[in-house]
Amino acid sequence: MIGLEVQAVSKSYSAIKVVDRVSFSVPQGEFVCFLGPSGCGKTTLLRMIAGLEAPTDGHLFLNGKDITGQPVHERGFGMVFQSLALFPHLNVADNIGYSLRLRSGNAKLRAERVEELLELIRLPGIGKRAVSALSGGQRQRVAIARALAQEPQILLLDEPFSALDAKLREEMQVEIRQLQQKLKISMILVTHDQREAMTLADTILVMGKGEIQQMGAPLDIYRNPSNTFVAGFIGSTNFLDVTVEGPGLVRFRDKTIAVGAIPEALTRGQKGVLSVRPENVELSNGGDGGLGGVVTFVRDVGASIETHVDCGGLEIVSLSSSSQAACPAVSDKVSLRFQPDACRVLEP
Amino acid sequence: MTLVSPPDLSRYARFVQRTGRLGGRWVLAWPAVILGIFFVIPFLLLLRVSVAESGFGAMGNGGFTAASYLAAFQNDVFVYSVVFSVVLAAVVALISIAAGFPFTYAITRMSRRAQVCWLVFVLMTLSLSEVLITFAWQVMLAKRVGISNLLVWLGLMAEPVSLSPNLGAVLACLVYLVIPFTVLVLFPGMSRIDPQMAEAARTMGATPARTFFTIIVPIMRGPIVTCLMMSFIVGIGSYVAPMVLGRPEHWTVAILISKAATASNDMPLASAMSVLFLAVASVICLIIYRLGVRKV
Repeated sequence: MIGLEVQAVSKSYSAIKVVDRVSFSVPQGEFVCFLGPSGCGKTTLLRMIAGLEAPTDGHLFLNGKDITGQPVHERGFGMVFQSLALFPHLNVADNIGYSLRLRSGNAKLRAERVEELLELIRLPGIGKRAVSALSGGQRQRVAIARALAQEPQILLLDEPFSALDAKLREEMQVEIRQLQQKLKISMILVTHDQREAMTLADTILVMGKGEIQQMGAPLDIYRNPSNTFVAGFIGSTNFLDVTVEGPGLVRFRDKTIAVGAIPEALTRGQKGVLSVRPENVELSNGGDGGLGGVVTFVRDVGASIETHVDCGGLEIVSLSSSSQAACPAVSDKVSLRFQPDACRVLEP
Repeated sequence: MTLVSPPDLSRYARFVQRTGRLGGRWVLAWPAVILGIFFVIPFLLLLRVSVAESGFGAMGNGGFTAASYLAAFQNDVFVYSVVFSVVLAAVVALISIAAGFPFTYAITRMSRRAQVCWLVFVLMTLSLSEVLITFAWQVMLAKRVGISNLLVWLGLMAEPVSLSPNLGAVLACLVYLVIPFTVLVLFPGMSRIDPQMAEAARTMGATPARTFFTIIVPIMRGPIVTCLMMSFIVGIGSYVAPMVLGRPEHWTVAILISKAATASNDMPLASAMSVLFLAVASVICLIIYRLGVRKV
């Protein structure tokens, strides 16, 4: 296969298993995001791919060749670090040209390539500047250009945008995605920000407790989370403890709710968890047989209205666009309905 | 919306400025007094004695003459000793940095616990006096009980020999004295280097050795220069080690000065030698310092 293949890779530190038998592949030219809370093993997995950590078990293949034991400096993967790790004793051009300098002595070719990379990150002519004289966004770009200088087959990014402010971060996300599409190289980005992962990735790998929880296209994962961990981590959701009543029907307290497919593992009478996204919860004034509740909080941010409803001790959040029906006020009695197709029943 | 007007800080600022200026002046006055009493006045006395006429008194025979300086210049032993001291100090500085730098780097890569152990160990050797260490080396290099016996026992040497007095013994002892300082000066800067710097270099194709020389060493340029200067100063002023572990041809200027002052009782000559040697050492330190302040 052309691309990277990870086969049953594990990493343990003494008795603690940080990464547990993870397998997946990254076809050439794909953008993959490792998404998960801190401590889920995503950074360790990336470091193993880079060669900065040796796996305790398992194998890595690049284009079919086993690279598990290959030292870092022979892999030639570009990597952008969380701290960026720009060399303070070198100027911008020397930072970007570092990998080229190691390979050949031709200063003229190197200078041309550096200028080309500076054009690519849209910062031409700053080669002579000291790294300390750059702004946050510029440093970020320089770090990316430096990692790209050796023309890596795969670019690894370890939470590279975490130090930037929200606006700049979104700009950089768009920029890196465009860059990836232009250069047609594979990129693997580690993040704990689900919005960032949704923006960038062709494939998201949701990690939790050292294992892959779910892997797939961003919207697929959002719409069809495979377990409560994924449903809770990607976007926000409401969880209801339900009992399966029959095909397409579950019971929540004394109400029967119509849902989409129910996993085969759950049979009639078994307990499950209903996950429904706030945007799939509809509010009405009551009297239509929906789930009754009292409004406890309204957040109207203009584009959308978020309503928190207390349903006998369980808080359910509803999100609607402001163009829809008049927004309820706090302590109004309302009735909730869930769009059946958007309801997911998961194993508890 | 009404904005709360910011409190008027100008009066406070003026107050801080005024007292700060005042405080600054007094704070500086204290070290100035100390420096004056313990450094400037003795140095002026030294200068005064160095231009006095030779004689047995503490001030020689008084008066003003440059005879002692001329005598020092014309003394081949003194000139040789100045050159020897400078070379000895430079070699000590280079060996110490060459050994201390990788050693410190290795310490910074260790766990917190191991780091503390090593630093405590290094600091412990500082609590021993220079004289004690020198005599310990003399014992260690001796024929009857020294390390040559160990080498004989290991079969690396035919029979025990005395490894002192010679230049190697002097160097070994001085390096031993200087290395703890080297580690202490390098450690703070070295432990602050982001480990991701080295990792970044590795991902860009640098071998571990290449990473060390192209990233770690250049980043540590400032502390390295400080270290070189410090070890140079310790080496150039060394007295006990060359005297105990060296032959007369390994005697440093410090020993000659002490001989002139105590054995010959010629204070003006000893002072003149001190002033000349001080000038040489200052010029060299200035050169080392200038090497260190290159801008990126």
